[in-house]
Amino acid sequence: MKDDMTSTLAAPPAPAAQARPAMRRNAHVGTLLLAALLLTAPAWLPYVGGYDDIASRVLIYALAAMGLNLLLGFTGGLSFGHAAYFGLGAYGVGLMLKYVTHNVPLALLCGTLLGGLVATVLAPIAVRRKGIYFAMITIAIGQLFYFIAIRWQAMTGGYDGLTGFSRHAMHLLPGVTWTLGSTGFYYLVLLCFALGAVVLWVVLHSPLGHTFVAIRENQKRLTFLGVRVQRYAAISFAISGFIVALAGGLNALLDNFTSPNSLNYTLSGDLVVIAVLGGMRNFWGPFVGAAIFVLVRDYASNVTNNWMSVIGLIFILSVLFFPLGIMGFLQRKKVEK
Amino acid sequence: MSLLELQSVSRRFGALQALSEISLTVQQGELRAVIGPNGAGKTTLFNLISGFFPPSGGSIRFDGKPITKVNPASLVQQGIIRTFQITEIFLSLSVLENLRIAAEVAMGVSHRPWMTRALRTRIDERVQELMHVVGIGSKADRIAGELSHGDQRVVEIGIALSRSPKLLLLDEPTAGMGDEETQNMTALIRRLNKEQGITTLFVEHDMEIVFGIADRITVLDNGTMLAEGNAHEIANNPAVQAAYLGQAA
Repeated sequence: MKDDMTSTLAAPPAPAAQARPAMRRNAHVGTLLLAALLLTAPAWLPYVGGYDDIASRVLIYALAAMGLNLLLGFTGGLSFGHAAYFGLGAYGVGLMLKYVTHNVPLALLCGTLLGGLVATVLAPIAVRRKGIYFAMITIAIGQLFYFIAIRWQAMTGGYDGLTGFSRHAMHLLPGVTWTLGSTGFYYLVLLCFALGAVVLWVVLHSPLGHTFVAIRENQKRLTFLGVRVQRYAAISFAISGFIVALAGGLNALLDNFTSPNSLNYTLSGDLVVIAVLGGMRNFWGPFVGAAIFVLVRDYASNVTNNWMSVIGLIFILSVLFFPLGIMGFLQRKKVEK
Repeated sequence: MSLLELQSVSRRFGALQALSEISLTVQQGELRAVIGPNGAGKTTLFNLISGFFPPSGGSIRFDGKPITKVNPASLVQQGIIRTFQITEIFLSLSVLENLRIAAEVAMGVSHRPWMTRALRTRIDERVQELMHVVGIGSKADRIAGELSHGDQRVVEIGIALSRSPKLLLLDEPTAGMGDEETQNMTALIRRLNKEQGITTLFVEHDMEIVFGIADRITVLDNGTMLAEGNAHEIANNPAVQAAYLGQAA
């Protein structure tokens, strides 16, 4: 220890530092592999009993859970109200397509802005509370929009949900049209997913992202460094709101329908379960969680009405045996080797 | 020149008078120890100076400006940085990541939503410099929570230094450390004071350390100021001997 204080002054970082670039390279290889798999999904999915729409659903839930996870896993804010922004994105897209425009990208943009801006406005209120009180206030705010959607029947269709809109083909250039059948739509979802993932990745590797993680780790320390912690927590909340709203908009397009359930706190809970199941300290954790959640729901619901029990069982086992989630578990295994 | 000036500062918590009528002046460049038995009000004094809560009465001036009711974040901007009795660092991050956050805050870039190569270089330079000053470079990639208590303290001081403090408040910097760690910490405190000229106020229980390195010593007892002076004066002060040293001897 005595030696450390003096003799290490000029010493370059120890061998541990050399492990880092290698790990980073592995991560890049993994990301490229994932990109290749996703890009070719429509070609290989039928052979494993899958289909395009379920791949779209996985990506949409993954995008929503990754967006939520910026707040949950990386900033340390447990929100049980993010369905509100998902649902606002969904209704925003549905209403635009039904009443205003047949332009799908424009509708998606409007839905994302609607959900994201509402999150931006509400974030400073929510982050004034910590821990369980923060979770409670996010539920309360979220449920507000659920009840608005139910009551404002003329506009939203009430309990029956919003119908009467569809995925019109996108005319990119004269003569160039992107049709949104199952496969065409899958690639639109993949594009949005990639966009969201890049935004999240860039933010998490920036000083802003470092600040978010510092909030999760020790708010007191950060306050006494002179950081206005609430302001940064609100920024994280807002960014996650935009991403979740984009996912919600895509979900409405996938179903050509949206219901008040897309605003309800049970969906908020699903997103939290997805993030925790996959590993909320890991960038791709929520993606893995979403794949498991959507696939299990799809296959189990063919067999039993009680598909929630299957998800519940998997969740309990995961929390018991992999408290850091599946990706967290795999990561630790690699480190131990 | 006086850097910090307290005038008849008091603080009460309900019926408890934690501090009453404390007046003290700390000169620029001074290394000042605050000692006193448990419950004497040492940490309360730190909390008042660092803006954790305002005094019930009296006034505080720092660098010529009144700071009596200024919030902690603004005080940090003005150069008052503290460490805590219980080490406050980012436990599940590496040493490097701990200091990187501190450096980014100090450089005023915390809000940047993307990293550029130039920015990364500037941040890395600052981080290396901080690791160099406190001497924790060899443990850059270790997770802070897995370090020894002494090393965690060193990280905390590195974080504090990132803000280029004019006044460093160290609350029991050697608490819970072994002999060797204590010696190293003491050497670090002294080095920062002498080489970097950082005015330092520290709470300490170990009399050997206090008498060894402090320029002046303030003795608190029961929320009041019992004495102030250099090591020689304090050691020979009858009131101090009665109230404090007497118990130890």
